Amino acid sequence: MRTAILLFPGINRERDMAIAVRQSFGAEPKMVWHKETDLSGIDLVIIPGGFSFGDYLRCGAMAAQSPIMRAVKDHAARGGYVLGVCNGFQILTEAGLLPGALLRNAGLRFLSMDTMLRVERADTVFTSKWETGAIFRAPMAHGDGNYAADTATLDRLEGENLVAFRYADGNRNGAARDIAGIYSPNLRILGLMPHPEDLVDPLLGGTDGKPLFDSLAAA
Amino acid sequence: MKTVDATLAKSFGLNAEEYAKVLEIMGRTPSFTELGIFSVMWSEHCSYKSSRVWLKELPTKAPWVIHGPGENAGVIDIGEGMAAIFKMESHNHPSFIEPYQGAATGVGGILRDVFTMGARPIANLNALRFGDPALPVTKRVVDGVVRGIGGYGNCVGVPTVGGEVNFHPAYNGNPLVNAMTVGIAAQDKIFLSAAAGIGNPVVYVGSKTGRDGIHGATMASTEFDASSEEKRPTVQVGDPFTEKLLIEACLELMQTDAIVAIQDMGAAGLTSSSVEMAGKGGVGIELILDDVPQRETGMTAYEMMLSESQERMLLVLKPERAEMARAIIAKWDLDYAIIGHITDTGRIIVKHKGVVEADIPLDPLAEAAPLYRRPIAETPKPAPLGPVNSDMRLDEALLKLIASPDLCSRRWIFDQYDSTVGGQTVKRPAQADAAIVRLEGTNRALALTTDCTPRYCVADPEAGGAQAVVEAWRNITATGATPLAVTDNMNFGNPEKPEIMGQFAAAIKGMAAACTALDFPVVSGNVSLYNETEGKGILPTPAIGAVGVIEDASKAVGLALKPGHDLIVIGASKGELGRSLWLREILGQETGAPPAIDLAAERRNGDFVRAQILAGNVAACHDVSDGGLLVAVAEMALAGDTGAALTAPETSHAFWFGEEQARYVLAVQDGAKLLAAAKEAGIPAVQIGHADGAKSLTHSDTIAISLSQLREAHERFFPAWFAL
Repeated sequence: MRTAILLFPGINRERDMAIAVRQSFGAEPKMVWHKETDLSGIDLVIIPGGFSFGDYLRCGAMAAQSPIMRAVKDHAARGGYVLGVCNGFQILTEAGLLPGALLRNAGLRFLSMDTMLRVERADTVFTSKWETGAIFRAPMAHGDGNYAADTATLDRLEGENLVAFRYADGNRNGAARDIAGIYSPNLRILGLMPHPEDLVDPLLGGTDGKPLFDSLAAA
Repeated sequence: MKTVDATLAKSFGLNAEEYAKVLEIMGRTPSFTELGIFSVMWSEHCSYKSSRVWLKELPTKAPWVIHGPGENAGVIDIGEGMAAIFKMESHNHPSFIEPYQGAATGVGGILRDVFTMGARPIANLNALRFGDPALPVTKRVVDGVVRGIGGYGNCVGVPTVGGEVNFHPAYNGNPLVNAMTVGIAAQDKIFLSAAAGIGNPVVYVGSKTGRDGIHGATMASTEFDASSEEKRPTVQVGDPFTEKLLIEACLELMQTDAIVAIQDMGAAGLTSSSVEMAGKGGVGIELILDDVPQRETGMTAYEMMLSESQERMLLVLKPERAEMARAIIAKWDLDYAIIGHITDTGRIIVKHKGVVEADIPLDPLAEAAPLYRRPIAETPKPAPLGPVNSDMRLDEALLKLIASPDLCSRRWIFDQYDSTVGGQTVKRPAQADAAIVRLEGTNRALALTTDCTPRYCVADPEAGGAQAVVEAWRNITATGATPLAVTDNMNFGNPEKPEIMGQFAAAIKGMAAACTALDFPVVSGNVSLYNETEGKGILPTPAIGAVGVIEDASKAVGLALKPGHDLIVIGASKGELGRSLWLREILGQETGAPPAIDLAAERRNGDFVRAQILAGNVAACHDVSDGGLLVAVAEMALAGDTGAALTAPETSHAFWFGEEQARYVLAVQDGAKLLAAAKEAGIPAVQIGHADGAKSLTHSDTIAISLSQLREAHERFFPAWFAL
């Protein structure tokens, strides 16, 4: 899996992501600056977490207009894999590659703690190393993780089985229908708020997040 | 423009004697801009004029110290060719006037002190003191400070991994926000601030200069009164996104050989950075202010020299590398401007619109800076606490203590701080006595903590100063790491009052003794004086930030008690209740003498505990501090969600809540083995209980309390306070 990790100004979890990728893929990811325009030869595009452009306009809104996003859309149109975590998820919704939006957390405070996630389906390239219904732990760290979409969209996501993960131990940020992550209709784009990449090492508290990367490595 | 005279100088914070010295150095009446430069350079904040004579009493050397005080931050050898670069700094005054921005820019400022030396910041900590929680203003300040620290630290992507919070009415009008940053660098890639190379370009990088924060350093050098609200314009506004770009741009530039010298523009902005860089290098500097990137139109030389706009750096570059440097800075969308050059004049010359606005000899500006050996009045030694007791059941007292603002869970706070970004946080907040952050790509990790017990310091500043150091040393030791060095943040009241200066001198004396005895040198620090509002001073608060190292991070232990473990107390329990939280929370008294400090016992007991941890004989460890033994055990039980049957024969409040020092609670698989090892080493050790698998703490007929009761009490305060 030839992997690119996109770097927007203000992104800050690119190193965490690179560590997880390196560990499961056995290969070095390519770090790609947002002003570049070429993603040829790349199988998986990862947009990591952080505060792209400071989140000063609306989380992900500025990054969605960066030059590299044209290439990401082309990559997605070709059926390429895309993973967006936290700010990466927000960027994917702002870019129109995933539906809905991530609003300010219901309690209006930044939330940084471990959360439990339920794997809604284990038949995707992102989740094949889990069982459907498996519960795993992942750190979350966001101020805007309150997933929102209109009822028709939420019904469609559920009807087409496109919900990837749900919060399984309480819904802290107010996300509609406990949604923590969603897929594109072709199941090749995944966006989620919590950070599996920060739990891939027993020394750091566990390897609960590793199956995501092992699944991709096996795809 | 105002006439420059002694009256204007006074309004700039220079007294008559100091202004006379300015006239003597200049040989003429200084210009408005020159007066501004003198006043900020000679402010308490920048010149340490009241504290310098005492600070030099602190031990600053050890074989592992690479750079001690005098640089932007302290630098120590942490093995494998790596260095830890760290410092703690206060942002007290701004945080009272505008809590969010005050705290946020405090984090931003200390980050810059660290990455300006070439380090990637890997951890932030913060030591916070607030007023009485019953006051609405305290709630507003806590909320703003916590949001500000999170807002800045989360955005720049540096994990906030630890710190401490106290409440006391003495901080009602003067909260303390002390922020600490720890970074790592290769030992052969450390950048200093001494300018060199006549003709080399002086380069400005970062945000544009605005009118914010003008005279912030002077504000930080006076007391507060009812007019302090008017000082809001002297508080700077932070932009963590630009800071993040600045970190990445500087670290990228530091991979090249372009930089001769670099310094952040912190307090007193362009003035202090240019004066210090040229002064340290023994050269001169000429600045052309027309070329300074400006956010506002019509700025004067005075305003530009004194602005404390955030997120700015000053660099001296090799001329042949300037274009390459410009390209790197431009990649990060930051301003880059050559605003002057290094000269051989030994003077700072500032030009604006073709006019020389300032021309000051650098040596006298630095060397003639005021230095005061202010009168001191020693704090009378407190009378020892007489016999005290309470009819309250032990478990009832425990519940009350563990629910109190000073001992309750800080979860509400650290849940708002990103503690995992970077992917190296081995022990997060509340998981261990010190935060553990691994060095990427190695098994090695740093152990980090901040400590101070101001209620001890006010009673006996010397003992309190020593106690802050030994508690920091214990907290690092309790994880298995070896304590290496400290940064100090001296927060005190008005130094012109002899009793305040007496507190300062005594605290330094206690700290120096403890640092010497523990081989724990001070490598950086900050002094914040005039922490008074309406003439009322804070508790003396010499906050200590400490760094240790553990070669194999997998050997680090946390607090969590697990079923089957024996509980062993290391160190002698004597039942000292003077100035204890028990005394304050149960009997409502703040009296007596703080616990005695025995530096030899600290060293002996700590070295024994660390060796046992590294030998794999210890499953969990917690030092005994605020609240005493029973609170320590309760915290371990909550961390591991495991109860214990306590078996120590004592049932006195003094035994269970005394705060004598040099003690640890260890959870071990084999209590007998540990007791034997302690006996052989001549270390006091007793077994006080066993984790029996029940979800409760029990002891004879005095303690019977479920973990859920305990947890409810422990977690209640902050969420309840902010639910309203």
